[in-house]
Amino acid sequence: MTETVVRRNRIVRNADRVGMAAMIIASICLVALGSRWVSGPLVAVVVLILLLVLGGVLGLAFTGGPEARRLLAPYGLLKPGMLWLALFFLAPVWSLLRISLSTKESRFSVKYDFNWAFQNYATAFQDFGKQFEHAFVYAAIATVLTILIGYPLAYVIAFRGGKYKNILLGLVVIPFFTSYLIRTIAWSTILADRGFVVRAMNAVGLADVFEWLNIMDNGKLLNTPAAVIGGLTYNFLPFMLLPIYVSLEKIDVNLVNAAGDLYSSATRAFRKVVFPLSIPGVFAGTLLTFIPAAGDFVNAQFLGNPNTTMIGNSIQDQFLKQNNYPVASAMAAVLMVSIATLVLLYTRIFGTEDLA
Amino acid sequence: MMRKRTKFGRNALNVFAGLGLVYLFAPIFFIVAFSFNKPNGNFNIAWQSFTFDNWLHPFAEESLTRALWKSMEIAAVSTLISTILGSLIAVALSRYTFKGSGGINLFLVLPLTTPEIVLGSSLATLFLGQNFIDFGMTTIIIAHVMFQVSFVALTVRARIRGFDWTLEQAAQDLGASPLRTFMKVTFPLILPGILAAGLLAFALSIDDFIITFFNSGPVQTFPLQIYGASRVRIPPQINVLASIILFLSVAILMTGTIAGMRKSAEGQVAARKFKLLQRK
Repeated sequence: MTETVVRRNRIVRNADRVGMAAMIIASICLVALGSRWVSGPLVAVVVLILLLVLGGVLGLAFTGGPEARRLLAPYGLLKPGMLWLALFFLAPVWSLLRISLSTKESRFSVKYDFNWAFQNYATAFQDFGKQFEHAFVYAAIATVLTILIGYPLAYVIAFRGGKYKNILLGLVVIPFFTSYLIRTIAWSTILADRGFVVRAMNAVGLADVFEWLNIMDNGKLLNTPAAVIGGLTYNFLPFMLLPIYVSLEKIDVNLVNAAGDLYSSATRAFRKVVFPLSIPGVFAGTLLTFIPAAGDFVNAQFLGNPNTTMIGNSIQDQFLKQNNYPVASAMAAVLMVSIATLVLLYTRIFGTEDLA
Repeated sequence: MMRKRTKFGRNALNVFAGLGLVYLFAPIFFIVAFSFNKPNGNFNIAWQSFTFDNWLHPFAEESLTRALWKSMEIAAVSTLISTILGSLIAVALSRYTFKGSGGINLFLVLPLTTPEIVLGSSLATLFLGQNFIDFGMTTIIIAHVMFQVSFVALTVRARIRGFDWTLEQAAQDLGASPLRTFMKVTFPLILPGILAAGLLAFALSIDDFIITFFNSGPVQTFPLQIYGASRVRIPPQINVLASIILFLSVAILMTGTIAGMRKSAEGQVAARKFKLLQRK
């Protein structure tokens, strides 16, 4: 009798551990079920474990009293969202990795066998190396450009906006309330061969300079790598500008004034005080710009030509048009892993505490 | 001499910022202007003549209108689900200290640091070759909730970071039941953060193209419809509807900004009064 009471008390005291364990086990069950990692009678076993775990936690919450409920509460609040992410974010990634190592029975079948088919990765690198290169090079250039354009703009708004700060910030965000696709199509019309911009450039003789800089190609502005990079820069600018603005806004103006009082020039004050304090913003902005830009295919499709396709175009084409799921999955897996590696390296080198 | 140069630098920076704004608005100006164009042929890309026709018949393109309503429907459902799931996570993270909260924080950022094309294609591999759900509305909503949850959780968490949770204890000390405490104290206080996050989630859903593209099946959302039509025809109604969405969002943003400015002005007045009182 006392022994059971003691054991019960111990469970109640460690209810938080029980809650966390239940969440992790339930997540693993959902990943296994969702990605069809288990099959046949094992499915029933996994479903049973899932139900038992969730039922057990509920039972503990009802019978354990206020102490157990308090310890279980955070996990209870987390569980719906976390299990959703387990089933629809983790399980898909797992299933993507599995399909990238599978072979299809035939070109038109939707069935595939998991057999460690590493040749999918060989195909991905051999046939689509150029597209990987485009994706990373274009995204990197676009990221640098967003810093060059976004930083001064954020600086002016944060330090010289005065009472118009919010309005200026609003103005910066407004263009992005129109649809992403419509914006990109609008750029393709603006840069069109017989459009206003190209004609104006020819009129003032800028065309030759641009031609020399390799931005224009035989009098064309549209369907060049420069147009794709320009589109990426435009579409992802707010992701750079807003984090930089947030970090600049937090800076205490007295620090800049103090630097001035100590006879620092304005440039030196910027270099030694303002810029170091804004690095977290640049860091977050770089991630938020580079990652979506590297996976994008809309800009390359509307503003580029067949020689400027990025890896996103190839994944989309192989997946949705060729139904070549294994190779498309291999490409997506390579993109995911290489971006994760870059992010980790980048965080190690420039990392700051607050990411979000 | 020194002063002159800094002044020049100052102005140069302001001019650069001005040019930056012009750059940001270039395509927007173009989109709104061409909503008044009377196109010659299927593509609304060369200026012909001014007309109000498109604005008088904004819903003349039936497939486009249908797609827009579909997008609204999807955004409404997915926002509702993701706002609930995400807010619960945010409350758990800021209200309680518990084991594993660091891991949860890291896990929430993962979907945001994964390229959309990976999220979209991997979710499609999950739906392929199973017989429970067909590609369509349901799969789109599932996909949208998946990427909205992290945004909502992080936004709400940021907004309620400074929340004083002892208010809950105060309410309970005064005899309120937990449910009553939540309804009368907690919920009203965290509601602004939840609303802001919901607005963000709605906007993300309406505009999502890449993830939806992989999981839509036969359903046409507004961005998908534009993408599909863009090779065949670009009717001016696209510009009209885009302009309407733009103006509506600006109106929402402006009411928010003005309310915020008024509030901060009130706050400043209150702070000044407080300081005066202290001096006395």
